Amino acid sequence: MSLFSDVPQAPPVAVFKLTADFREDSHPQKVNLGVGAYRTDDCQPWVLPVVKKVERLIVEDESLNHEYLPILGLPEFRSAASKVALGDDSPAIKENRVGGVQALGGTGALRVGAEFLRRWYNGVNNTATPVYVSAPTWENHNGVFTDAGFKDIRPYHYWDAAKRGLDLAGFLDDLEKAPEYSVFVLHACAHNPTGTDPTQEEWKQIAEVMKRRKLFVFFDSAYQGFASGSLEKDAWAIRFFVSEGFELFVAQSFSKNFGLYNERVGNLTVVAKDNENLTRILSQMEKIVRTTWSNPPSQGARIVSKTLNSAELFDEWYGNVKTMADRVLLMRDQLKAKLQALGTPGTWDHITQQIGMFSFTGLTPTQVEYMIKEKHVYLMASGRINMCGLTTKNIDYVAQSIHEAVTKVQ
Amino acid sequence: MSLFSEVPQAAPVAVFKLTQDFNNDQFPNKVNLGAGAYRTDEGQPWVLPVVKKVEKIIVHDDRLNHEYLPILGLPEFRSSASKIALGDESPAIQENRVGAVQCLGGTGALKIGAEFLRRFYNGNNNTKTPVYVSAPTWENHNAIFSDAGFQDVRPYKYWDAEKRGLDFPGFLGDLERCPEHSIFVLHACAHNPTGRDPTQEQWKQIAEVMMRRKLFVFFDSAYQGFASGSLEKDAWTLRYFVSLGFEMFCAQSFSKNFGLYNERVGNLTIVARDADNLKRVLSQMEKIVRTTWSNPPSQGARIVAITLTSPELFSEWKDNVKTMANRVLLMRSQLKAKLQALGTPGTWDHITDQIGMFSFTGLNPKQVEYLVKEKHIYLMASGRINMCGLTTKNIDYVAESIHEAVTKVQ
Repeated sequence: MSLFSDVPQAPPVAVFKLTADFREDSHPQKVNLGVGAYRTDDCQPWVLPVVKKVERLIVEDESLNHEYLPILGLPEFRSAASKVALGDDSPAIKENRVGGVQALGGTGALRVGAEFLRRWYNGVNNTATPVYVSAPTWENHNGVFTDAGFKDIRPYHYWDAAKRGLDLAGFLDDLEKAPEYSVFVLHACAHNPTGTDPTQEEWKQIAEVMKRRKLFVFFDSAYQGFASGSLEKDAWAIRFFVSEGFELFVAQSFSKNFGLYNERVGNLTVVAKDNENLTRILSQMEKIVRTTWSNPPSQGARIVSKTLNSAELFDEWYGNVKTMADRVLLMRDQLKAKLQALGTPGTWDHITQQIGMFSFTGLTPTQVEYMIKEKHVYLMASGRINMCGLTTKNIDYVAQSIHEAVTKVQ
Repeated sequence: MSLFSEVPQAAPVAVFKLTQDFNNDQFPNKVNLGAGAYRTDEGQPWVLPVVKKVEKIIVHDDRLNHEYLPILGLPEFRSSASKIALGDESPAIQENRVGAVQCLGGTGALKIGAEFLRRFYNGNNNTKTPVYVSAPTWENHNAIFSDAGFQDVRPYKYWDAEKRGLDFPGFLGDLERCPEHSIFVLHACAHNPTGRDPTQEQWKQIAEVMMRRKLFVFFDSAYQGFASGSLEKDAWTLRYFVSLGFEMFCAQSFSKNFGLYNERVGNLTIVARDADNLKRVLSQMEKIVRTTWSNPPSQGARIVAITLTSPELFSEWKDNVKTMANRVLLMRSQLKAKLQALGTPGTWDHITDQIGMFSFTGLNPKQVEYLVKEKHIYLMASGRINMCGLTTKNIDYVAESIHEAVTKVQ
């Protein structure tokens, strides 16, 4: 008899199961359009050249050691990361009311932010405060806020499947109807999984309602720079909300834009009313961090910090980011062109209108199943594809497969 | 008005506040005997030579990339880490009933283990299961289990201040009287903060009661190799409990024995009844990890895995560990000898009887205050000193200062 006899088997995380199935598939033309990581045109992972360079600098630097970082992380990383999000000239930064908590990727930043809000927002330990996440959203958002103790996670209207675009009316309506002080998780850019972002005008409307109804702004920013190739463009929404005077959180990930997935580089940027509030908030963040990971890992933060704080390396990084963003844009163009050339039923404009790593193809679950089982093209049941999985070598096969799925399967 | 006006300022973590005060102190002969990190005889942090070597190997290995690790971590790290704890010949490992979760240092391993136990041990979500931590213990144990949801964290008798030793009858008494199925956090070796471990005979008695009363064994192993210089010796207790057939957890830290403090290298070793139970347990561990940090950082785990799985590097590492352990042993002998030579009142055998990084000097709070304020020697209010802070250059000053404190202050 085991102490754990009654522990149930947990289902695997869908996106990792997909990749596991892909790995086991021996079909020569298999394509993985599942998990969100950049691939080169040879379908290989890519260590950014600037990262390789900085890793060498770090290993040669005899002045560095492995002493514990402060609980909140490497100071030069935290400030550089927040600057990337809010802008070098950010008034909020100049007013000393912006702080950062170095966290374990975007996940860690969301988790620490969620834990803080559950303890201290809208009362003390108010687990009943509703938390709204987009329908659909990254599959882990729900789990992160639930495990932080929130009992009421709700969807807000976002994706309009019929028109394959943003359901702005539904979104605004949910904002108007949400209880005051509800927490809203917003995707700063390159919405995962739909790739569909509000326009600037739409963001302005969203902000107006959120301010009026006292809703809490929690941005998830995992693709800054990666989405459009421009750091400023991809941070427009965040900076607009800050300029509107919101106190807000931004969970930043450097997994994608630095290709540092496995070093877990993230930052929770906190924008407070003033320095005094910020100080108290950060002191409580320390308590949360201390019982979770004590203090964060150094390697990834050092790489990012060195890069962002050196004019030359920063430029090189920006070039690397553009390389990735441009390849994605090229694949978008080509996929749409090929589907149009094939005369695949439906409209395919959304492929180039959507932004970032992912595209919500609009394929139905049975069509997705066809793609996987018959064509060995792996994508999420939602119809989400990772554009990075496309290459000049496989794009014809994928376009052809989509064509077959749409014409043969309903 | 801020959303966060009511958020109170949290008190700083005592040991970090101590180091901060030390850093701000201008006194030329100041000594930091606070935070637990190894120092050379020059009072400097030490990057282990084998670590430096392996970091270079990693940076020059072009086959490596930064793709996400599996949720449970780098497989070769997990298995080699568990082997270090349980032994190469461990029957439990051969029986396929040992698994592991790569975690963020010892803290992360404790956290994941605690979260799992709260969800699945002794019923579902049984937050009332008592968790016992030694009196005294590492300051973070209590909070980790509280934040994981346990509502009843209690002390078990451990340190006998009068006899400056283990309160063994008290410890056994608590084991006999506690509710069945209570969780006990045991220090595998080099008890923090007292430096006092049970003898092998005492551990046998402890194990007998725990088995009979169905108490859950959760080891905290942060000093394997570092304590005595021998990996086997420092793991005797763990291995003994495993040999008795306990299902148990062991939170391992590689911060100290690899000097990799800031890369957050830890491992939660799980010993289950059989492979089937292990599998279900690990699947639930994945769920917990996914909403906390998603997947762990690579750098530190790679360094440890490469070292442990290469016979040559493994030998070199063991030597580096012996270097550290021996310096600590030397400082222990010298401090005791100097106090005895000074004729400092009291007995000082405990300094060499105790093991590991720390020594519970027996100094009272007033004497500690004297040392900090008058002599600029920084130690914890509990009287705990980090032996690593002693060097051949400062040991006379420290011995004399202790002598003054004991003779002048009551």
